[in-house]
Amino acid sequence: MTAQPTHPHATGRITHDSSDYQLDPVDRRLINTLQIGFPICDEPYAAVASELGISETDLLERLQHLLHTGYLTRFGPFYHAERLGGGLTLAAMQIPAHDVERVTAAINRHAEVAHNYERDHALNLWFVVATEKPEHIDAVLTAIALESGYPVHNLPKQREFYVGLHFQA
Amino acid sequence: MHVISSPPPDQASAQERLRVALQDGLPLSPRPYQALAQQCGISEQDVIDALQTWEQSRLTRRFGIVINHHKIGYTSNAMVVWEVADSEVNRLGAAISRTGLVSLCYQRRPDGPDWPYNLYCMLHGKSREEVLQRLQRLKTQCGLQDTPCAVLFSLRQYKQCGGRYAHKRPSAPVKEAL
Repeated sequence: MTAQPTHPHATGRITHDSSDYQLDPVDRRLINTLQIGFPICDEPYAAVASELGISETDLLERLQHLLHTGYLTRFGPFYHAERLGGGLTLAAMQIPAHDVERVTAAINRHAEVAHNYERDHALNLWFVVATEKPEHIDAVLTAIALESGYPVHNLPKQREFYVGLHFQA
Repeated sequence: MHVISSPPPDQASAQERLRVALQDGLPLSPRPYQALAQQCGISEQDVIDALQTWEQSRLTRRFGIVINHHKIGYTSNAMVVWEVADSEVNRLGAAISRTGLVSLCYQRRPDGPDWPYNLYCMLHGKSREEVLQRLQRLKTQCGLQDTPCAVLFSLRQYKQCGGRYAHKRPSAPVKEAL
């Protein structure tokens, strides 16, 4: 176990109002490392901790803290939706500014909607729909069109060239 | 008698239980796979084997963290959509992917004369200017200067949680989607 400065969270210095917590260099290395992958072995955190030169306890506390402060949204596997037999599509709508809030609420009520962004274009609402079965995509999009009163463009993926959502912290 | 290729029902349901257990994230304890195994009523080795099999068969892309990219400063993102000839999609998709300038690159079905775009990529940056500079470099490197395109910067994020592939409802983000 390497002696390292204890993480602020562990000392109790930062407990609740940690929304403006600033990452330290170890947090940054941790984020950069764990975006790439995670070992599947008996004691994976110990393996990562040793790679980062910190203790396992420190690593676990940092992960907890980064999840708590919202730097990390989740820790686990990323699935290939299609390979799991699920449906996945990108949908877009053109909604007048005065109606964006209402339509967004209608869209987001659907548990199948994963992301929803407003973008700087006439087609201004963009959202991802993920369903357990591919045939459910149409039902969700139809429901959204009916509830909102606007057409929905369905823009399914035909080929994936690259997925590399890694951010240098 | 024909060969049954899918796993036997008890094994299938164990895998299903494991997916459900993982939707809340990997337990933050020294033996996380053992903790999952207990939740699912299987052995730690079963969990490790299942996860390795998922990875090998590319059911999972990777195992790791989902970061809130806004919080670490990547506040600007643009979806850039291109209208390219069908015969050029593969070449350009590969070329765009190789630049290291984009986070994602997909071919999508165009949608009528108002939306003829078939090649999509995402550019992330710490400012709008940085993203626009990246786009300029992308155009130059891939010879896309004269290709019709639209640049859609994000204005607001209304929702970001997960796609659900298992029969339970908490989050499991799908970051692979645009």
